[in-house]
Amino acid sequence: MPHPMPTFGNFSLLLALILCVYTFFAGALALRAKAAHIPLSIPPDALQETSRRAGMASFIVITCAAIALVWAAFTNDYSVDYILHHTNKALNPAYKFSALWSGQEGSLLLWAWLLSAYGFVLRLRHKTDVTLSAYASTILSVIQVFFLLLLVFAASPFALAPGPPALDGFGLNPLLQYPEMVIHPPMLYLGYVGFSVPFAFALGALMMRYPGEKWIHITRRWTMVTWLFLTCGVCLGMHWAYAVLGWGGYWGWDPVENASILPWFTGTAFLHSVMMQEKRGMMKNWNVWLIFCTFMLSILGTDLTRSGIVGSVHAFAQSSIGGWFTTFLVIIFAVCLFTYFLQRDHLRAENRLESLVSRESSFLFNNLILLIACFTVLWGTLFPVLSEYVQGSKVTMGPPFFNRVAVPVGLLLILLTGAGPMLPWRSTSMRAIRRNFILPCAAILITAVTLIACGIRPWTSDDATSDIYALLCFSLGTGVLTAIVAEFLRGASVVRTQTGKNLLSSAVLLTRRNTRRYGGYLIHFGVVVLFIGLAGAAFDQSKEIEMGFGDSLQMGSLKLVCQSYSQDSNANYDTDYALLDVYKGGKKIVQLAPERRFYTASQQTDTVVAIHSNLARDLYVVFMGRNPETDRPILKIMLKPLVNWIWIGVALMAFGTLIALVPPLQTATRRVEVPEAEPTRGPSIPSGTVPSFSRTLSPSGASATSTPEAGRA
Amino acid sequence: MHRAFSGLLRRSSAAVKSVFVLSQRGPLKLQIELQQKRRRRILQTLMVCVFAITMLGASAPKHDSFNTVGHQLMCQCGCGQILLECNHVGCPVSGPMIDELKAQFAAGGSETQVLNWFVNKYGPIVLAAPIRGGFDTMAWVVPFAVLVLATVGVAFLIRYWKRRYLALPSAGLDSTALELPDPIRDRIRRETGVE
Repeated sequence: MPHPMPTFGNFSLLLALILCVYTFFAGALALRAKAAHIPLSIPPDALQETSRRAGMASFIVITCAAIALVWAAFTNDYSVDYILHHTNKALNPAYKFSALWSGQEGSLLLWAWLLSAYGFVLRLRHKTDVTLSAYASTILSVIQVFFLLLLVFAASPFALAPGPPALDGFGLNPLLQYPEMVIHPPMLYLGYVGFSVPFAFALGALMMRYPGEKWIHITRRWTMVTWLFLTCGVCLGMHWAYAVLGWGGYWGWDPVENASILPWFTGTAFLHSVMMQEKRGMMKNWNVWLIFCTFMLSILGTDLTRSGIVGSVHAFAQSSIGGWFTTFLVIIFAVCLFTYFLQRDHLRAENRLESLVSRESSFLFNNLILLIACFTVLWGTLFPVLSEYVQGSKVTMGPPFFNRVAVPVGLLLILLTGAGPMLPWRSTSMRAIRRNFILPCAAILITAVTLIACGIRPWTSDDATSDIYALLCFSLGTGVLTAIVAEFLRGASVVRTQTGKNLLSSAVLLTRRNTRRYGGYLIHFGVVVLFIGLAGAAFDQSKEIEMGFGDSLQMGSLKLVCQSYSQDSNANYDTDYALLDVYKGGKKIVQLAPERRFYTASQQTDTVVAIHSNLARDLYVVFMGRNPETDRPILKIMLKPLVNWIWIGVALMAFGTLIALVPPLQTATRRVEVPEAEPTRGPSIPSGTVPSFSRTLSPSGASATSTPEAGRA
Repeated sequence: MHRAFSGLLRRSSAAVKSVFVLSQRGPLKLQIELQQKRRRRILQTLMVCVFAITMLGASAPKHDSFNTVGHQLMCQCGCGQILLECNHVGCPVSGPMIDELKAQFAAGGSETQVLNWFVNKYGPIVLAAPIRGGFDTMAWVVPFAVLVLATVGVAFLIRYWKRRYLALPSAGLDSTALELPDPIRDRIRRETGVE
């Protein structure tokens, strides 16, 4: 056999396709037979079990295909076209591994593998709810079939290179030779692909007219984990753009970037609005469509960028597989629409909204703002296509458009991030509003006045827009942070009174008692910190300068002195670099070495940015090149305030999500039969007479039932 | 101006008087309605202020011309970056484009003339954002129009739901009745671990 690995890989993909097709047909037949009581020669339960096992087997088979591709990369098998174009012999082993997702075919294989991995876990945990899991498994198998069809017939990663095998490969794109690139795409794909699971559960629950909100409880963790992966994936991409591309920014509003943020907006909206369904039995139609849209946006984003409809600077933007995604998207939309119209009477709300100033309406407005943000980004991404259709000429929708249109929406989002959690469910009183809002409002005012006093005066600035946005962002951000800290302190002081612990331990205990609520607060805290970091961009400073030996440059309070500049080379690349000493107050704080590399295999040039970070600012130095006349390096030096706050904000968001995923402290429970909720109100019972159904036990054994979160969680 | 101001004063003093009279003699229901109306007004004013402040930022920036126009143009090498921010190593396009920009200003061109010159040479794709008027205006208007319409729509929806809620038989004027039985249900859900 001349090419064992490509043959093995192709065979594995074909087998996986057959298994997934079987999973779908057997699963669908079994579910139909059970629902309509159709007699079959095989018992429907047994047929359903074979479907489940075939689905699980598909994971093992796709894993084999992925291993075959990685194996081919490590053994330098340049008979495989994909390996030839994305690796070379001198490539670092970690990047050889990441070659699996460095090109279109490989990334599709990664997508299929992750989907099968999610499916494997779902099918393994089918006992949570056998019938609903069977529906979800069958729906998931359809998505698997689509990706496997793509891999087998349209974009095979095991396609052979024409002619005799080459001695060495063309190498990996230098921009992708960066540690974050090893984890950024898998994270992003884990996010994209992960939304398939709640989508499958939602569609399955609608198809089977699943009673109650259990499907939401089952999928809540799936959705949160997926959201966490997507958040981390998007932010790792931002960090990669910042640290590698060398333009000093982290978000360029490129269509591929925009595509990654679209499902994030709707996914975030879904995570908020499901709380309305859980707590009040409201917004059932809305939630179903939110998760449908989130999944469809994952596919639409891929379609937009890979079909070449919208131009992108990303490598695999244009290919022939766009039509496949469009067709799949249309089918998915038709199925969702049909199922919804058939079963929509099942989604009737249990309760009605009672007040404009309540948690429910804040969720509504939160959803509205997130969807507007999603629409704005989608509109900006698609407008060039629309313009070409209407005016006959394409236009560019660059950062000036998005910064001006999206920032006001972002500011409204910050406002709701703070205001929403402070409103109780159902309705509130003026006194409660005053009590909860007075401190944050004072913080907003004090911050605004302080900033204006410190010199942020938009009316005297050259760039009024940036300054006013920054002023608003800092002020609102401080208000929201104050509100969150006040909530923690209020709760912690009650716990302290009950348990006698110190304030910090009380805050930890409070969080452990209601991980979901306080984890959510931490996420909000992270979001605000991130926004404050983004607002720092309004005060960026930049200089481009040619520096020789001993030349110096003053940048803010920092002084940069060029110590030397030289060249070096290794098997993978030749490098050109400068050594800069950075002084502050006459004391040397760091030496920076910005580089420019020339990769021999791919014949491409790339810069390696030198960054010195602290909490207040980043010193960002790019080696632009050499002046051909003087042979001295040309450097671009930027001072970027508060960039670290962005990464800290993301870390806080991830930490908050992890906390929200942890089950709260175990409660001793007593089963109580509860009648189904009714839209009308029952007889008036004074709240003091409501019996307590459980006691939350603190680790020390002290009992506490009347925590401030109890009434508003 | 003076007449309008005194009219406003008259109206507000009449409103204060009516509140005073009602608080002295009016029925409790009317007082509650008035209070609710006042709260609504305060909320509406606050919302208008927030919108106004956030939209204030949409004023035109006042850069020096070279910097302003240089940030309104895209580098045409395919890197997808703003002309004055293109750091594409060895970029064969941004350098000559920046030279052209300098030359146009040196020749005494205004910002609009320079932008038009670039559009004529490279096509509308050279502009970093659609600013030619006509259909391009749609790009800017639609997101804000959708925001305003959706906000108004949601506000009306909440109002409609609230009215429908109040129209339900046994919908209480008694405020304690509004509290129940959902708190019990919520509490049972929470404490029996349905979450």
